[in-house]
Amino acid sequence: MAVVTLTIDDKPVSARAGESVLAAAREAGIRIPTLCHLDGVSEAAACRLCLVQVEGRGRLQAACVTETAEGMIVRTQTDTLREYRRMILELLFTEGNHVCAVCVANGNCELQSLAAEQGMDHVRYPYLNPARTVDVSHKQYAIDHNRCILCTRCVRTCDEIEGAHTWDVAGRGTLSHIVADMGQPWGDSVTCTSCGKCVQACPTGALFRQGSTVAEMTRDREKLADLVTARRDKKWTV
Amino acid sequence: MPATAAPVDKRLKILDAAIRKLQNRPDTLIAILHKAQELYGYLDTPILWHVARALRLPPSRVYGTATFYHLFSLKPRGEHSCVVCLGTACFVKGAQSLVDTVAARANVKPGQTTTDGKVSLLVARCIGACGIAPAVVLDGTTHGHVSPDQLSARLEEWTHGS
Amino acid sequence: MDHDELQRIASVERAAAKPVEIRCCTSSGCRASGSAEVLKQLRSAVQAKGLSDRVTAVGVGCPGLCSAGPVVSTHPDGAIFGKVTADHAEGIVSTLSGESTNAVRIDPNQPFFAKQFRIVRATAGQIDPERIESYIAADGYAGLYQALQQRPDEIVADVTASGLRGRGGAGYPTGLKWATVAKMPPGQKYVICNGDEGDPGAFMDRSVMEDAPHQVLEGMAIAAYAVGANQGYVYVRAEYPLAIERLQAAIHQATKAGLLGGNIFQTPFEFKVEIRIGAGAFVCGEETALIASVQGLRGTPRPRPPYPAESGLWDRPTLINNVETFATIPAILRNGSDWFAGIGTGTSKGTKIFSLTGKVKNAGLVEVPMGTTLREVVEQLGGGTADGRAVKAVQTGGPSGGCIPADLLDTPIDYESLGKIGSIMGSGGMIVMDDTDRMPEVARFFMEFCADESCGKCVPCRVGTVQLHGLLTKLVEKRATRHDLDLLIELCHLVKDTSLCGLGQSAPNPVMSTLRYFAGEYEALLQPEEFARPPRRSTIPLTVV
Repeated sequence: MAVVTLTIDDKPVSARAGESVLAAAREAGIRIPTLCHLDGVSEAAACRLCLVQVEGRGRLQAACVTETAEGMIVRTQTDTLREYRRMILELLFTEGNHVCAVCVANGNCELQSLAAEQGMDHVRYPYLNPARTVDVSHKQYAIDHNRCILCTRCVRTCDEIEGAHTWDVAGRGTLSHIVADMGQPWGDSVTCTSCGKCVQACPTGALFRQGSTVAEMTRDREKLADLVTARRDKKWTV
Repeated sequence: MPATAAPVDKRLKILDAAIRKLQNRPDTLIAILHKAQELYGYLDTPILWHVARALRLPPSRVYGTATFYHLFSLKPRGEHSCVVCLGTACFVKGAQSLVDTVAARANVKPGQTTTDGKVSLLVARCIGACGIAPAVVLDGTTHGHVSPDQLSARLEEWTHGS
Repeated sequence: MDHDELQRIASVERAAAKPVEIRCCTSSGCRASGSAEVLKQLRSAVQAKGLSDRVTAVGVGCPGLCSAGPVVSTHPDGAIFGKVTADHAEGIVSTLSGESTNAVRIDPNQPFFAKQFRIVRATAGQIDPERIESYIAADGYAGLYQALQQRPDEIVADVTASGLRGRGGAGYPTGLKWATVAKMPPGQKYVICNGDEGDPGAFMDRSVMEDAPHQVLEGMAIAAYAVGANQGYVYVRAEYPLAIERLQAAIHQATKAGLLGGNIFQTPFEFKVEIRIGAGAFVCGEETALIASVQGLRGTPRPRPPYPAESGLWDRPTLINNVETFATIPAILRNGSDWFAGIGTGTSKGTKIFSLTGKVKNAGLVEVPMGTTLREVVEQLGGGTADGRAVKAVQTGGPSGGCIPADLLDTPIDYESLGKIGSIMGSGGMIVMDDTDRMPEVARFFMEFCADESCGKCVPCRVGTVQLHGLLTKLVEKRATRHDLDLLIELCHLVKDTSLCGLGQSAPNPVMSTLRYFAGEYEALLQPEEFARPPRRSTIPLTVV
């Protein structure tokens, strides 16, 4: 297998040809923040948190979809990148209705921990306070659209791992929202297998098990990637 | 137009013929949705299910596509439609005052239909008739150099005329 | 179809032409002003006066001066009449026998007509767009014939040598794009014509599709031969019903004549074309979103690379060019790449069509050589403002472009010069604004457009455009402080640098260009700080140049 060497944040790194900058960085112990990336499913390149600077390229590149190349010089922690990451997080907080204190995912939320990690200590833009709904029609799970950041991890998981394609995105722009089947209550979905994989995939408290209360919702995301490995390579890593 | 679009009439046969002609290909979804809206006036849930099954597509993808494109409507539209172009050329020639005129006279917001179901007010993002700005499409016919007074007169005809 | 047959059709058509022609524009603009009835009345007047043996009244494409529509012209004398109504029809026919008419005469020698250089629109307003014979008589499909006498790589080399760049806005070298698709391993390849002209204030592509549908198809067929594709799609926005109708008719006629389909000009080359109709989404003008839409999906863009030239429609190599780009190709094949490269400037060759609108006297379509100055277009061709007020700015490039102030009107129109002054060539919308137009409001108008048209996939565009619109509204309503202005500028940088596709990346351009040239208008709206300005956290520069 062909191997390339590159430099990430002044550290020499080797990567398999075709591997993404994100994967190469992780293997080398360099953390690049992500939200829409999920091991085991395809990339959306939508959250823009993993943007990095690649020498010789005019535009910032999303590390999750940028292939490593021989001699590439990547920077993941410039002042501008750090500021842009904070601003993107600010925008996400203004877009939904995120109230950590009453959220099932409090303490286990990727959005929350990223904000803390990136130093986004306050939001400077007005909150948009959208009127969004909560759907508790499913007998095991629920979706609170107020906490949805439209990362589409659930959509990709349902389509690519479970194969049901119950979820998709409807509407567009800031009115985009996740829908089950024909926009009906989740509990009425005819395609949903109630497998719960989407609930494992969700980075925030948008998808949760019924009966969870504040800070109780924990997830086992590695299981999703394990499933993919098992199916593809016939290797079970339990 | 009937209040509900129950999938048990001649229109469904026409829709099915169109689907067959395009060989039930999933990539023809948008063309099929256009045809369904042309036949029924809007896309209601039973029709969307019918299309999803005919094209062998997940229902959420059909719903997601139908709600992505602004020309598709999932609710019934009014008997008459007034589409005010808000492209740049129309904007600088005062198209906003045309929208305001209709909104005030018919008491609707853009994207809505009057409570009596007579008139739908819609706005368009440039219909390419910039040379005759401001332009308005009334029941499918484009009119150029439209003034608020002309628009009021037409509304009067629609709401009170025969 | 072979070459003799093509020439036979052309000569039959030319022989059938009457010595005198009355041409009436039947394109969308004039149609909306009642030109269908005018044409009908012209025809009956010709008949009533017993002139049918030497005079004919025909429907033609757009002669360009849309603000004076419906436009009628008589040939060979070249007289032009504007704002024609059905009542004028008889009078216009009478002018052929030297009588006078009360129809408004338009000077055919005025700069609006005289200063144009028409390549793409050469036949617009001259021929009947609904008949293939009319196009063939005007040398139509001769370029395709010529192409098929050469090897595909020779055509790619020709297009490269012509210096043609994409007319959709970005100006990517067309020859390079063709070469990339051509070099991909043989197998299924596609050609897509992007007719999703969404820029508000732009209607060049609509008119090309309406006036010369066969020219677009011919360009696509030449491209398909050059890159090795056998299937084409024309993606047209649903807002253009006449363009769709005429393209559909043209595909039907060309297929029947053996100019599309199999065995074209008795060569093994085959090429089929289908129309795909949009459904109201500006973002589908972005090539990866357009591909998704052709496949029947939500029109959301995906990251590039891979570029469509390598992996596009159904993951196959796909050539996507804009309508005007394809429509330029036949003339390059007929006249040679040297001829085309001799027109325009060093880096921008050939001509460009602009839709000149807004507060300008002569609104309509103009085709000028690259390098013409904005001033020539606005003041000479456009005739300045309609009511004589001062031109304040010219907006080019739509929601992705910028506002160019009056004192920069001597800038030549080419990709680089427009880029340097903070705008873009764009697809060709050119909107003239006068001193009554307020720039922050114009910026807000475009931001509302972008927020409304954002597909919602990536965060900076989906939320950033909404927050930018909110800040601009606050500003326009005189509720903003300098702190808000700082936030506005920072956010412009974020949306520009981090958005996934061109829509988001260029959405801040109208704000940044108006801030750059009309900063005073923004300053004048600011309110004093109620509280001490919070210290800036950010290291992002507060400059817009």
